[in-house]
Parts: sequence; C-alpha cells; structure tokens
Amino acid sequence: MTAAVPVTITINGETLTRLAEPRETLADFLRRDLGLTGTHAGCEMGVCGACLVMLDGVPVHACLTFAVQAGGAAVETVEGLSESAVIADLQRAFHGRNALQCGFCTPGMLVTAHGLLTRKAMPSREEIRDALSGNYCRCTGYEAIVDAIEAVARCRAAGETAAASLEEPA
Amino acid sequence: MNAPLGTLDRPNSYIGRSVSRPNAKRLLAGRGRYVTDLVLPRMLHAAFLRSPYAHARIVSIDVAEARAMPGVRLIAAGADLAKLCKPWSGTLDHFKGMKSASQLPLPLEEVLWAGQAVVAVVADTRAQAEDAAEAIAVEFEELPPVVDVDTAREPDADRAAVAVSDNLCFGSRLDTGGIDEIFAEAAHVVEEEFHFGRHTAVTLEPRAILADWDASEGKLTVHHATQTPYQFQDLYSRHYGIPEASVRVVAPDIGGSFGMKLHVYHEDMAVVGLSMLCGRPVKFVADRIESFVSDIHARDHRVRARMALDAEGTILAMDVDDVTAIGAFSTYPRTSAVEGNQVIRLMGAPYRFDSYRAELSVVFQNKVQTSQYRAVGHPIACAVTERLVDMAAARAGVDPVSLRERNLIPDDAYPCASPTGYQFEALSHQKSLARLKALMGYDALRAEQAALRERGIHRGIGIASFVEISNPSPAFYGIGGARISAQDGAVLAVTPAGEVRCQISVTEQGQGTETIIGQIVADQLGIAREQVRVITGDTENTPHGGATWACRGAGIGGETALQAARKLRGNVLSLAATILQARPGDLDMRNSVVVDRLSGMERIDLSEIARIAYFRSDTLPKDASAQLTVAHHHAPQGYPFAFTNGVQGCHVELDVETGFVKILKHWVVEDCGRIINPLLVDEQVRGGVVQGLGAAFFEECRYDENGQLTNGSLADYLVPMAGEMPDIVIAHIETPTADTALGAKGCGEAGTAAASAAALNAVNDAMAPFGASIAQIPMTPTRLLRALGTI
Repeated sequence: MTAAVPVTITINGETLTRLAEPRETLADFLRRDLGLTGTHAGCEMGVCGACLVMLDGVPVHACLTFAVQAGGAAVETVEGLSESAVIADLQRAFHGRNALQCGFCTPGMLVTAHGLLTRKAMPSREEIRDALSGNYCRCTGYEAIVDAIEAVARCRAAGETAAASLEEPA
Repeated sequence: MNAPLGTLDRPNSYIGRSVSRPNAKRLLAGRGRYVTDLVLPRMLHAAFLRSPYAHARIVSIDVAEARAMPGVRLIAAGADLAKLCKPWSGTLDHFKGMKSASQLPLPLEEVLWAGQAVVAVVADTRAQAEDAAEAIAVEFEELPPVVDVDTAREPDADRAAVAVSDNLCFGSRLDTGGIDEIFAEAAHVVEEEFHFGRHTAVTLEPRAILADWDASEGKLTVHHATQTPYQFQDLYSRHYGIPEASVRVVAPDIGGSFGMKLHVYHEDMAVVGLSMLCGRPVKFVADRIESFVSDIHARDHRVRARMALDAEGTILAMDVDDVTAIGAFSTYPRTSAVEGNQVIRLMGAPYRFDSYRAELSVVFQNKVQTSQYRAVGHPIACAVTERLVDMAAARAGVDPVSLRERNLIPDDAYPCASPTGYQFEALSHQKSLARLKALMGYDALRAEQAALRERGIHRGIGIASFVEISNPSPAFYGIGGARISAQDGAVLAVTPAGEVRCQISVTEQGQGTETIIGQIVADQLGIAREQVRVITGDTENTPHGGATWACRGAGIGGETALQAARKLRGNVLSLAATILQARPGDLDMRNSVVVDRLSGMERIDLSEIARIAYFRSDTLPKDASAQLTVAHHHAPQGYPFAFTNGVQGCHVELDVETGFVKILKHWVVEDCGRIINPLLVDEQVRGGVVQGLGAAFFEECRYDENGQLTNGSLADYLVPMAGEMPDIVIAHIETPTADTALGAKGCGEAGTAAASAAALNAVNDAMAPFGASIAQIPMTPTRLLRALGTI
C-alpha cells in the first residue's frame, strides 16, 4: 500500500483534483469519493459491464481502470450523460420498451449503446447483440434492450428526436 | 387480452394495459439507490476470512497482527457473536423426519464448506478490512469432505457435519399403488437417468446489507437487499432478542434477486451483531468471488425416471427417484427441501394419468447450501417429464405434439387433481399447445428440418408443456411453523391534495410490482395512475405481509390493492354523498371527480372532498365519518395454490463437428390468468426463459473431488449473454382464477420452468439421426460431442 496521490480528472465536464490511493479503481473513485453511484460494480473483473463509463469518448470498464490512470482524461458517467441529454432518446426508448428491470446493468447498457451508435449509425440486431456481448443482464433476456437500441438507431437515422414508445396513450 | 374484464372495466381502465414503469426512470438516470450505494455517518465496513477447506475443524485463530492494522475497529469470531445471536436450524415441521445442523453467524469449531465465513473484521474502509482479514492466521485440521451423493448415503459414510447422525436431510415417498404391475404390463416403457447441474443466481448486484444498531433507543435499522423485509424483521428480532417494533428493515432498489436474497446468510446475520458490538453502522457487500461461494446454489439433482404407456400412446404411470444434494445444512428459514418436494410433486403435472410413485432423497454434502431459486423444482420436473414424453413418442412412432395432444389434461376436465395431490382449478393445456403449434409454424418447421438434414444441417425442435405454482397459501411455509406470511396488507389514503398513497407489503425488484399496484388502485378508484404513489419495501412504512416470492405479487398483492381500493372508494363516495346530500349508490368516481353514476355529470372533485375532510370537518354533519385512509389484508382462500400453465417451443441448430448449439428461436404460450400489464408479463417471461436457457447450455458450479468450487468467477462461470440468446415469441391464453376478484396468477417462474426442458428436447431431436441422446444439463459442447461419440 502506498500513500494517496493527487489525481486531476474531468468528470462530467468538471475538472477536479482529489487524493486517491494508487490501488483505488476508477469505479470506487467515482462511487465512493464523488458519490456518482450510477456507475455500478457487478463483478470487479471487467466481465459484466455494469461499471462502463465513457473515457475520452470510448466505453471503458471503470473497475479495470485505476483512478490514477484516468488522470488528465475526460470521464462521463451515466449522471453526466443524463444531464447533457445525449442519451435522452436511449433512455426514453428503454423506458417505453421496458428494457430494464432491476436497473443495475442499465447504466452500463446505456454506455455501450451510446458507444455503439456513435461508431455505427444503423447496426443490425446481430451487431447490437454482438456489441452487448460484454454487458450481462440477468433480468430482461436482452431482447427488449436490443429492440430499444434498434428503435433509437432507426429514429436517429430518420432524423427524429424522440424514440418510438410502445406505451399506449394513458 | 381475451378474458372479459367485468367489474374491472372502469372509466380509468388500466387493467390489461401495457403501461411503462414510473420508477424505472430513476434507474435509467443512474439515480437508483441500492444498498450497495448507501453511506451512513460513522459507517464501518466488514470483510470475512473464509475457510479454504470444504470440511475442517478450527484448531486456533490468531488475530494479534490483524488487530493492530490501520483502521481496524473489531475482529469477531464465532464465540463473540454466539453471545448475542440465538442459533437457527433450517427445518419445517410438516417435512416429517427432516434434520439439519444448528447454525450460528460464524462457526465455533467446524467449517462445512470451502468459502464459509470464519472470522469477521470491521474497519474504517473495505480495503482495510480485507487487508486485516488476510493477516489473520487460522489453523485448520482437515476433515474428510463429503462430495458424492451416493458415497454420502452409504451406511458408514463420513458425515458432512459432525452434528448430524447421517447425511440424509429429508426423505419422502409418494405411491398411488400397483406401479410395478403397471410397468410390467405396459406396451411401452421409457426410462432415463438425468443429471441437473448446480447453478446460482448471479444477480448483478451482489448481496448487500447495512446494519445500524442504535444503543441509545435500542433500535436496529437494517438496509437490506432482500425481497422479504418482514421476514427479516422477525428473524433479527427473535435471534438478537430485540422487540419486533424496534427492528426496521428497509429494502430499497434491489439489483436482482430471483429467490436468492430471501434466505438467511451467515454474513448478514453476523453484520447485525457486528453493528451491535461496534455501536456503529456496519456494511457488507459480497464481492463476486464471495457471491459464488456463499450465495445459495440451486438444482443439483440426479433423477432416475421411467414412464409407462399403453399401445395407443396413453400415459399410464410414472416412477421417479430424485436424489438432490443441498450442502452441509438446510437453508433457514425456508429449508433446502422445498425444491425436491416440488420436483416429485410436479412430475407429469400437465398430463392425465393416475398411477405414480416417487422417492426423494435430500442429501448433505460439503458444498455451498442450495435452496429456493426462480421456478423452484419446476425445471427439473418439467425436463424429466417432457424428455420422457418425447422418448415415448419416438418409441410409439408418433409425433411429439400428437403424443402431448393425446395425454394433456383436457381443458374441460377441471377442477381435477394430479396423482401427486395438487388441485387444479382451471388450466388450458390443449388451447396453449394448439396456439404454440400455430405460432411456431410447427408443420413447416418439421418439413424444413427434414429438408435441411439432407444437406447435413441438423436442426432440432423441442416442446415442453408445464404447470407453474403461484399464489401460495399458508400451506407453503406457515403450516410448517415458519413465520413467513402468506397474506399481504395495504394502507390506502387520499392525501389532503386529493392524491392517493398506497403503502403495500409486496416488494419491487424490477418486475414492476409498484406499477401494477398503481394500475389496480387507479383503476378501482377512478383516478389517473399518475395520482397514485406506491410505497414498498420498508417495515416501518407498510403493513406486514409476505412480500414478493413464489409468484405472489400480482395474485395476492394485487388482490390486496384491489380490495383496499374498493373500500376506499366506498368511503369517498359515502363522504361525497353526505356533502352532496345524495345517495352513495348514485355516485361514481372518474378521473378524480365524483360524478352522477348514470349521467356522468361532475359533482365534486376528490381534492375538494379531501380539503373538507382534512381542514373543514366543522362543515360536515356531526355523524359524518371522514375515513380517507383504509387498511386491508388479503390472504389466499380456496385453492392452496393458483396453478398456471403454458407450453414452450425451442428451435436449435447443432454443429455436430464442434458440439456448439445455436438457439434459433424460442416460443412461449403462457396462461397466468388475468394479465394486468402485458408489457411487464412478457418481459418476465423472456427473462425467465433466458435463465432457463442459461441452465440448459452454460451455467454450472463445478466442484473438484475435494469440494472446491473450480469456476467461481464471472470469467469462468458462463452466464447467458445477448449474443447467444434468441428472440423469444410470446402469446397468452387467459384463464383467470375465480378465487379472487382480480383473477391474476403468477408469471415469474413460467419462463424458467420449461425453457431448459424445451431446449433439452430440441437438442435431442437434432441428434436423433445419429442415434445419440443426452440427459444432462448444461449441454456443453464437450458433453454433446461425447453423446455423439465424437470424443
């Protein structure tokens, strides 16, 4: 164990400096030191995808990244992505399609979906399933998540801002 | 939707509607509040030193070095917590002759499985607690581990726990008589030995608990990731000697449970004691490795079964022997015998036959305990039955669907009973199978299969009919002496603003409990569902009730909400009648406005009634009763369980060179009675199917001969992922139960109940041209290549 060192990271648009032990993961740093508990720790070995965050524009596992490694980088968590509304259509589509149950995997799913649709505007269902290969969900069986992402891709391609909702009018 | 709504069809009609979940928006924004996220002032963290051996005696524990490490506040072993916590034993009175060793939060002398918590460390941070746990020196004397179920039952076998006289936890026998004669004379007999691997829940949020003992007022608050807060309020009260009203259990957002988070775990009980010893909040979150070696496992059955049929292919009898291994003790308070008991009672449940014999042996061994997990017992009974049906069809030379059509209990035969004693109110096996056949395009799939076989492509089609147990009465646990409630309670109030608050004992783990309760309340009251706030998961804020397990949330919780809403509506209309000088029977409520029932003319807003009741009661007549808060409890009456039914189809392609299986598509026709929210029901079914497919192809807790779990991480234990899972087509038949006004039954187990059976039949169908078969899940590529004789 070594002493904590200062780390400067831009998190959700705000540059801040905190002390972090070299062994502290970015996931623990976000959750414990900054109270950004939307990033979840499911396996702490980079398999389940619940801890995914955007790091310099790319989805990375916050549980496999040490906080000190993220020094100088720009990190976006589900909280920041929600506030900037860049994933608002994904969130609406997930909600309308009920593409979440317990919600623990959901922030990671949204980050993967956001990363995928940034890379490829109109992925096929198979490509969506492939992109989700590092996101474990025990509740949904995945189909609703694939549906929601596919619906957003279609809407974005058609230039629509709002994703289709399967909800009947109230 | 195909069942008439009757009195459920109200102006604000929400029953039968696909509406989304209000509480899901919070989760989508990363604003969920799971126990994992909670931080309390002066909170400490617990970590545990675990046994490296499957069976050993504790010789000595040296904590001197650990105690001196940074941040360490407390180190406690078995004896320290035994002073505070009464021991427990996982037996139920109605399971005659059942036995299990007494348990404590941490062991005094003997460890019973590799991974059992032995010593607790409490420190300022989790990392400090883990560092100190590594510095504790425990000397163990290894004892012979009991691993194999047959060896375990030999007369002079080593015992899995010193405290039990032998390794048989529980045995049961069912026999309608004359079985040997029926089999001796039957035209067709098929038999098989089945192996069902151990698997585990792997909830995405691991187990998490935060106990906060306040010595100043003698109050315990436990934030607990559990399905059943009331059950734990009772347990913490009784085992730690704290008055029940001074124990509060709060279950906030829960990251998945599936039955896993309603059992007593040693670490959880320890954390309560650790908080009492420290006088500060203590939190424990299992990491993933700890989850694999301490969460309950499930299944682990070896079933030898046979089925007798006459020359026309009519099922005459089944004969079953189930041996299930459960770990070194039975889980508390629901036991580890319920699954085996349901296995032998659900065998053959969709079919009409009278003669049945079964033997159940529940066996101790030195592994993690098994207990109730989604679809308790169902997948085993379903896979055995459905595989035997397919084997019988092959033997009789008829199509598997035809054999089912001949033998399913006819839709007009109800009420009736199974040979194992289950009472069926009304099921729809025939309608369901006909619907599935059309949905799948069964005949076309068969034609395609034959054509593709010519080209060396081996596809298989598997069918599995099932019965699901839901809405359990006290016959489940209460009758066995367990303080696990079969009833639920709701408190429903019109607030001063004219909105409605529903505090109810059923709980939410993402299946949509709060949403459907809101739908029912709004529907029955006559208000918009946005006006209803549903509160769950806190023993201090909701009435006592069974909560959510065994598919009881919609059927029992929903009926509780319905009756409470009718009661409140009566009170509102009665008060409105007083204010309006009208008769209550002439009034109704629509969109939060009291109207003339016949003309629909608006008379008075609900908010105005509330204003008068709460702030201007002086304007009401002296004898007026403004009761805008009501309480209602509902317990199942009539049938002991509300059985549901359905049928699944699975279509696979087997690569006979590699043993890999691609699941092409999966279909489910399901009858859960009244459907409250089709969107949520379908997603329950899909999620359940995928859990069943995981068991069929991937998931297995693998042990070596020393009782060591060899794949206890998410890198080694395979779970179903998006890329391997198919799209799942779902259709419904609706046969409401007449036991309640709502008519709802459960749907949460349905997917898991039959998915692995359908998959097993599909893979066997694909292998049929090779004369190969498999009777073991998970069906790994290695096992399939062995079955094909390739390796």
